[in-house]
Amino acid sequence: MVQLSWLMALSGVIFVIWVAGFIIRRNILVMFMSIELMLNAVNLAFISLGSRLGTMDGQAIVFFVMTVAAAEAAVGLAIIISIFRSRETVHADDLTLLRW
Amino acid sequence: MPPVVFWFLATLSIVAALGVVVQRNPVHSLLALVLTLISIAVLFIGQDAVVVGFLQVIVYAGAIMVLFLFVIWLLNLPMETGSTGRLAIKFLGTIAVVALLAELETFSMPAQLQIKFSATHAAGYGSIETLAETLFSQYLIAFEVTSVLLLVAVVGAVALARRSTTVEVQERAEQLAGREKAA
Amino acid sequence: MTLELLVGAIEAILMVLIGLQLAIFLLYFERKGSALIQDRVGANRAAITGLGRKLGMPNLGIVNTLVADPVKLFTKEDFVPEGADHFLHGLAPFLALFPVLITFVVIPFGDTITIAGHTFELQAANLDAAALYLLATIGIGVYGVALGGWASNNRWALLGGIRASAQMISYEIAMGLAIVSVVMTYGTLNLQEMVRAQGGVWFGFLPRWGVLVQPLAFVLLLTAGVAESKRIPFDLPEGESELILGYMVEYSGGKQAAFMFTDFAEQALVAMMLVTFFLGGWQVPWLYPDGFHVPGGHLLAVAPLAISIMGVIAFLIKVVILCAFLGLVRWTLPRFRYDQLMRLGWKGLVPLGLANVLVTAFIIVATGGAH
Repeated sequence: MVQLSWLMALSGVIFVIWVAGFIIRRNILVMFMSIELMLNAVNLAFISLGSRLGTMDGQAIVFFVMTVAAAEAAVGLAIIISIFRSRETVHADDLTLLRW
Repeated sequence: MPPVVFWFLATLSIVAALGVVVQRNPVHSLLALVLTLISIAVLFIGQDAVVVGFLQVIVYAGAIMVLFLFVIWLLNLPMETGSTGRLAIKFLGTIAVVALLAELETFSMPAQLQIKFSATHAAGYGSIETLAETLFSQYLIAFEVTSVLLLVAVVGAVALARRSTTVEVQERAEQLAGREKAA
Repeated sequence: MTLELLVGAIEAILMVLIGLQLAIFLLYFERKGSALIQDRVGANRAAITGLGRKLGMPNLGIVNTLVADPVKLFTKEDFVPEGADHFLHGLAPFLALFPVLITFVVIPFGDTITIAGHTFELQAANLDAAALYLLATIGIGVYGVALGGWASNNRWALLGGIRASAQMISYEIAMGLAIVSVVMTYGTLNLQEMVRAQGGVWFGFLPRWGVLVQPLAFVLLLTAGVAESKRIPFDLPEGESELILGYMVEYSGGKQAAFMFTDFAEQALVAMMLVTFFLGGWQVPWLYPDGFHVPGGHLLAVAPLAISIMGVIAFLIKVVILCAFLGLVRWTLPRFRYDQLMRLGWKGLVPLGLANVLVTAFIIVATGGAH
C-alpha cells in the first residue's frame, strides 16, 4: 500500500528539483522545460489526491493543465525562436534589453 | 500499485529530473526529461488514472518534447561550457530549494485528516467513460474554453515564429538604404 | 493468478515472435517479390549444398535473405563516426525498435481458448485503454529516428532525422483521428471488444467488418500507417541523390539492422492494426461459437477448440495478406516530394479525418447511441 504522503513528497521533491533547474540553468530552453515539468509535478499531486478521494476532479484538472501546457509550449517556443532570430542567443544573461 | 513499483518509479523520476538540471547538453537534458515524464505517467496509471497517464505520454512525450527537440536543432545550440550561471544565482537557487523542501514537511498530514482517504475505487474509476462524464458535464465550460485557448495559442505561435514577408524585407532594406544616403 | 501471469507472458513472447516473423517475411518479400514485380531475378546466389541447383530447382534466395545477409550485417564493423554522441548513437536503434515490439502485446490474435478447464483470452495484455496505448507507443517511436539522425554528427543524417520525425508526427494526427472514429463507432477502447463487435453478418451473408462501417477511416489509417513506417511512397527520410540513407547513414552492422528491422516490424504492426480495427481481427466469416452458419440456413458444427484455432489462423492469414498488399504498394507507387507529403498530411488527411469524426458523431447521435 503506497501512502499518500509518499506520493505527495515525491511530487514535492520533483517540483523542487525543477525550481532549482529553472533558477540555476541559464539556457532559456532548459528553463522553459523546467517550467513545463513543474506543472507535471503538480499534476502528480492532483492525481494522487483525486485517487484517494475517489473523485474524478483531479483527473479532469490534470487534463486542463495538459492543454494549457501544450498551448504554453507552442507560444513559448515561438517566442524563443523569435528572440534567437533577433539576438542570436538563448542565454538568459545576455538578454538585457530591459535592464538599465 | 505495489510499494516496490512506487519506489522504483520514484527513484527513476528523481534521478532523471536531476539529470535534466545537471546535463550540459540540451538534447541529453531533454531525454532525461522524457524519462521523467514517462515514469510519472506510469505513476498515474498505477493510481487508476489510466486515460490521463496515456494522454501524458501521447501529448507530452510524443508531441511537446519532440517540438522542443526541433527547436534545439533549429537553434543549433552549443554545449554549455564551464559554469552554468553566476554564483549569486546559484546561492539564491539553493536558498529557494531549501525553503521549498522545508515546506514539504506540511505534506506529512495529521492522522485524523487521512481518514477520509481510501485506496479502493468504484468500478470504472479512471476509465474514459467516467472521465468524459466529468469533463462534459461539470467542466463543460472550461473544456470549451480550452479549445479557444488552443486556437489562440496556435495563431499566436504562427504569428510569432513567422518570417517577415518579402515585402516587409524590401521595405526594411529601402529604409536602411535611405538612412545610409542621409548619412 | 500466477497461471494467468505465466500465460500472459507466454502470449506476449508469442506475439512479439509473430511480429518478428512477419518482419522477416516482409524482408524476404522485399527482395524476391520486388524482383518478381520488376522482372528481374533477385537474390539467388547463396546456397548451402548446391544440391537444389543440380536437381534443376530455382534458387529462391532464402539462404541469401535469411542467413547470409543477417550474418554479414552482424559481423560487420560497428562504426561510430568521429564527433558523434557515442551513448545516443548506440541507444537510438533500440529506442526505435523497442516501442514497436511492445506494441504487439495489445493486439488480440484470437478468441478465448479453453484448455484443460482453464479459459484464456488470446491477447497478451487485455488493456481497457488499448487504443490509447497504441498511440502512445507509436508516439514514443519518433525518438529513435530523431536521435539517430542527431547523434551521428552528420548533416545528411540530421536532415533525414528531422524529415522522419516531422513526417511521423504529422501522420500520427491523421492516424489518431482515424482511430478516434473507430473508437466512437464501437464505443470502446478495448481492442478485443472491438473485434467481438465485428462478429455476425448483415443481410444474412455480409460480415460485419469495420471496413464496411468506416471505409474512410480505413483509407486514412492505411495511408497514415504507410507514412508512419516510412515506406514508399512516403520514404522521404531516405533519398539516394539528396540525403543518401537519411538518419541511417552513419550506422553499420547490427545497429543498422535494428533500424531496418524497425521499418518492417512497423509495417507488420500497421497490418495488424488494420486487421483488428477494420477486417474483423480473428473473426472468420459465418463462424459462430457453435460452427459455420453457411448463408442459406445450413449449420456445419465445429468443435470449440477448433474454432479458437481457426480464429488465430484467420488472423494470421489476414495479416499476411495485408503485409503483402503493403509490399505491393511499395513497388507500385512512385514517391512523393516532401512538400507534397506535408500537404497531403495536413491539408488532405487531417481535414478528412475531422470530417469523418464529425459525420460519425452525427450518425451515432441520430441513431441513438453507440451500442
